[in-house]
Amino acid sequence: MGYPHPTHPKEQAVLSKHFGDAGARTFDGWVKRGGYEGLKKALGMTREQVIEEVKASGLRGRGGAGFPTGMKWSFMPKDVVKPHYLVCNADESEPGTFKDREILRWTPHQLIEGCAVGAYAIGAERIYIYIRGEFTAEHKILVKAVEEAYQGGALGANVFGSGKRIDLVVHRGAGAYICGEETAMMNSIEGRRGNPRIKPPFPAVAGLWASPTTINNVETLSASSHIIREGAAWYKALCRGNPKSTGTKLFSVCGHVQRPGNYEVVMGTPMTDLVFDMCGGMRPGRTLKAVIPGGSSVPILTAKEIEGCLLDYEGVVEKGSMLGSGGMIVMDDSTDIVYQVMRLARFYAHESCAQCTQCREGTAWTTRILERILAGQGKKEDLNLLLDLADNMTGKTICVLSDSCAAPVVSAIKKFPEEFDAYISRARTSSLVTA
Amino acid sequence: MSAGHSATEAHQPVFVGEVRQKLDALFPKYPTRQACLLPALWLVQEARGWISEGAIHEVAEVLSLTPAYVKGVVTFYTMYHTHPVGRHFIQVCTTSPCNICGAEDVAKAFLQHTGCGELGATSPDGRFTVIEVECLGACGFATPVLIDDDFIENVTPERVPGILQGYK
Ligand SMILES: Cc1cc2nc3c(=O)[nH]c(=O)nc-3n(C[C@H](O)[C@H](O)[C@H](O)COP(=O)(O)O)c2cc1C
Ligand code: SF4
Ligand code: FES
Repeated sequence: MGYPHPTHPKEQAVLSKHFGDAGARTFDGWVKRGGYEGLKKALGMTREQVIEEVKASGLRGRGGAGFPTGMKWSFMPKDVVKPHYLVCNADESEPGTFKDREILRWTPHQLIEGCAVGAYAIGAERIYIYIRGEFTAEHKILVKAVEEAYQGGALGANVFGSGKRIDLVVHRGAGAYICGEETAMMNSIEGRRGNPRIKPPFPAVAGLWASPTTINNVETLSASSHIIREGAAWYKALCRGNPKSTGTKLFSVCGHVQRPGNYEVVMGTPMTDLVFDMCGGMRPGRTLKAVIPGGSSVPILTAKEIEGCLLDYEGVVEKGSMLGSGGMIVMDDSTDIVYQVMRLARFYAHESCAQCTQCREGTAWTTRILERILAGQGKKEDLNLLLDLADNMTGKTICVLSDSCAAPVVSAIKKFPEEFDAYISRARTSSLVTA
Repeated sequence: MSAGHSATEAHQPVFVGEVRQKLDALFPKYPTRQACLLPALWLVQEARGWISEGAIHEVAEVLSLTPAYVKGVVTFYTMYHTHPVGRHFIQVCTTSPCNICGAEDVAKAFLQHTGCGELGATSPDGRFTVIEVECLGACGFATPVLIDDDFIENVTPERVPGILQGYK
């Protein structure tokens, strides 16, 4: 449902069905709503069967990259010599994204159940849920739910009498966007600075404490238990666009819409349905200027470009951006694109872990040049300088944070050149940035 | 959260009594002592309000790490305070999604009504410290504000004085 709004007829509530219903938070409440049936069913299958079912469903990672989940699980070695680990990524810090928070605070058992299904499939006896430090209330809710899950037999030495051990530890972050990157997250769990690691080795080969590790997003894992319960065919049929994008997806919509919130729709739903029907469109007297569709790390789309854009991995790529995490930032005609792009660049400069030169220097200089332009001291050459910097920041670093800074900058310069020109020609000034 | 002790006070051990028990309860959750570092630092901050030089040494000692290593980790993460802050720590999100919804005015209202002269500074009465923070993961509820452990949604400048009354 479009929490905090009632479910819109164009939504398909699977993951969000119990958002806003505090009764679903407890172990008993979750069981009453059909919870833990997916996990029980999974325990009656072989590991391989669970992986095959998830593969067949077409589920792809909801954390941003869209990597097929079943395939990721199948990379884990079959012979359990070293301990295997499952890490659940609940670091949700990508500007525009706030869907995992809703799963955590309303349906913590939905997540625990999904984590247990995933752990069983990859042969992991221990799960770490990495929750960002700022999610204080969600942390308390989750810790309580984990205790209940142990008491109810969904976790522990003998999960639901299957003889399988699955333990779950909640690990709290401490303020660092970069820890959402999977290898940085592993370092952070190990008690280190959150610097991303060079790949290979990939986590399935050498992850946490050099043991085989799989990392999945909150929404991905939550979906997995529904897939086991209802079957791959059911999930696969939830598809309105490209058959490579299946199931439902939570979209966090924020910014200048009348009803911001989390909406769950079938993959392939038109973006305009979401923005105008479900979210109620712009405020009175305002028109749509731009949408950043997949969290702040992806290229900006203009109002024209979102027409005919289908919300699935392929549909958004076709329009020149990415589905990413499903965090949509909607901007109306009151938005100062140059200022907001500077704010995003400042975000990445602040969050860079600083181990790659291109990223450390590139994010800082991008911010500084944009600030200079806003302060009325921009030069014509600055735009080429920004594009040149962006080129050097793309595809050249240990992780993609650097690319993520470049993407909105480059697309904004290409799609809204007149806004930059207005500052550079001094036709426009900003009271917010002074030299 | 307890009040910040001054930076010059002699260090009183944190890991005694109940806090020591909480620390011991962490060990079985991780295969190494090093991995207990982030949760151990949280225990310190919960008990003392910030993480002092003395606390860094104590954490290093109990986890068999070096103080320099612990310091390196502490300074990587923005939520650990390495100096005392006001009794109430206020974090206002001003990243783009909230920014376009007026978050900077919310931050200004907090500065004005707390008496904190500028971002990062503590009010003269020691009650508040206000900072701007990057995305709090609640962008649909602009503007979200975190006061100590209280996450408050949909804050507008008008709501600020009323909200502050709840924090003495
Ligand atoms: C800088 C950076 C930040 C990221 N932040 C998050 C995040 O907050 N949450 C998340 O689930 N994935 C995040 N990711 C993606 C993860 O690295 C990883 O791909 C994902 O958790 C895998 O889960 P999935 O396959 O289920 O999507 C981030 C990646 C990068 C490069
Ligand atoms: S790209 Fe940036 S954030 Fe990523 S590893 Fe390099 S310096 Fe760190
Ligand atoms: S941008 Fe403010 S909470 Fe995300």
